[in-house]
Amino acid sequence: MQLDDLYQEVILDHYRHPRCSGELAEGEALVDEENPLCGDHLKLAAHIAGDKLTGVKIQCQGCAICTASASMMAEAVNDLPLADIRKKSAAFLAVLRGERAASEEELGDLVALRGVAEFPLRVKCATMPWHALEAALKRLTP
Amino acid sequence: MSFEPLKLRADFPALGRVFDDGRRLVYLDNAATTQKPRDVLKATRRYYEESAGNVHRAVHRLAAEATGLYEEARQKIAAFIGAPSPKQIVFTHGATEGINLVAHGWARKFLNAGDELLVTEMEHHSNLIPWQQAARAKGATLRLVPVLADGTLDREAFRRLLTPRVKLLAVTHASNVLGTINPIAELIREAHAAGARVLVDGAQSVPHLPLNVAALDADFLVFSGHKMLGPTGIGVLYAKPELLDAMDPLLTGGEMISRVWDDHATWAEPPQKFEAGTPHIAGAIGLGAAVDYLAKLGHDALRQHELALTAYALEKLGAVPDLKIFGRAPERLGVVSFALEGVHPHDVAQFLDRDGLAIRAGHMCAQPLLRRLGVPAVSRASFYLYNDRDDVDRLAAALLAVRKFFHAT
Ligand SMILES: Cc1ncc(COP(=O)(O)O)c(C=O)c1O
Repeated sequence: MQLDDLYQEVILDHYRHPRCSGELAEGEALVDEENPLCGDHLKLAAHIAGDKLTGVKIQCQGCAICTASASMMAEAVNDLPLADIRKKSAAFLAVLRGERAASEEELGDLVALRGVAEFPLRVKCATMPWHALEAALKRLTP
Repeated sequence: MSFEPLKLRADFPALGRVFDDGRRLVYLDNAATTQKPRDVLKATRRYYEESAGNVHRAVHRLAAEATGLYEEARQKIAAFIGAPSPKQIVFTHGATEGINLVAHGWARKFLNAGDELLVTEMEHHSNLIPWQQAARAKGATLRLVPVLADGTLDREAFRRLLTPRVKLLAVTHASNVLGTINPIAELIREAHAAGARVLVDGAQSVPHLPLNVAALDADFLVFSGHKMLGPTGIGVLYAKPELLDAMDPLLTGGEMISRVWDDHATWAEPPQKFEAGTPHIAGAIGLGAAVDYLAKLGHDALRQHELALTAYALEKLGAVPDLKIFGRAPERLGVVSFALEGVHPHDVAQFLDRDGLAIRAGHMCAQPLLRRLGVPAVSRASFYLYNDRDDVDRLAAALLAVRKFFHAT
């Protein structure tokens, strides 16, 4: 079994230095997600300016895959139009579910996470931040 | 008898597994579930191949054989835990069901508003949530005995909390996270002196420790077959006869009745009263074979082996830099939970899996305890009769490699 596909350098870098990351005070977070299987925990804050999502901030307590996925997601969606975020989210989740091949054009840096699809037990680690984002978008655009 | 894990390993087909890269499986997740020896596999298989009748129902030969094997398993298990009578052995699907059976059939029947239930901070969720539910349903109060920094119970707090309002103490004999073996005989004595009944969660202890339930004077004892070489889906509730008589069944239906009329029914005598429907016959027979295997080995020899191996593991893991071990109780099982600084337990387990080592990572179904420990998850290695020093060496080497990988830059 090859772990290099899973733990690529770019993933480790995001794990060690998560972007758009910081403590979120009580009431500041839009969503508070927990993976009951492993206890991983993620809070997300953001707001909408015009047609864009902005001010994405994440507090994540999780494994390397979860933390890196959250960090890469934050970078990828911050200041992006909501319509593009929804497209990106759908594409990313489909790749992680193994439903289609990853395209760098569509996913950008996120393609680094495609290897996770080969590890069924870890797919949830990578998708949890995106599910949190979907929940946040629902709350922001009722 | 001296212990030869390598020879014993040959009895377990799954432990002969070699992965594609040529590495042999090192199975260190025994607190979650254990591997099965050939004797157990053979016993269940023989039931399906030769004697697959239902129990307590028909007169044909297969039914008679099935009933005989099923009841023989009950007798073996009774003898194994020192139960005065096999009638005190109720087959369940596992420890979880046993606890739920007591929470519904006994606690909800006899608890009153204002009563208290006492558990500890080191309980598995299965010995916590049924009591939360029972307390809520009956207006009773649930209290938790704190765990001290070394992983032992706070005995002073225990005595303070043990008021005459406490109707039941539900406590694990040994912790599936910290490895701590609780002084169960003393806890039972003190609880009884205060007028409380005691349920012992033996899921982690019955597979590893010599135990005599009658000498302990436990009111209820639950355990699971799959953690002691037996099949999944079979477990045991032991209880004192007067409690089994007083308790209500959780499931009703066939096989648990005495007489049935249009609008009501009377119950069979225990243990049948609690075994509605067709039970896990093959599972019970397999558990009987597992108990035979363990009895032949001898609990004292097993304990000595695990003590020596655990001491060795604590020494080897203690030498891994940045590794923190949770739980330092003097009396402990071969269960070692740890955290490697800067590496999440899931990532640790993923790397160990690549190296052929099976360990557990996560919250161990003990979220309140992990909250006290101040971590969301831990890694856990847990040993059994077929593990040896070589397994521990492989574990330590793999942990050093993980650390190197994550700390490289
Ligand atoms: C201490 C303890 N109690 C109860 C259980 C529940 O056992 P089961 O899932 O077999 O019902 C476990 C299993 O992990 C355990 O470790």
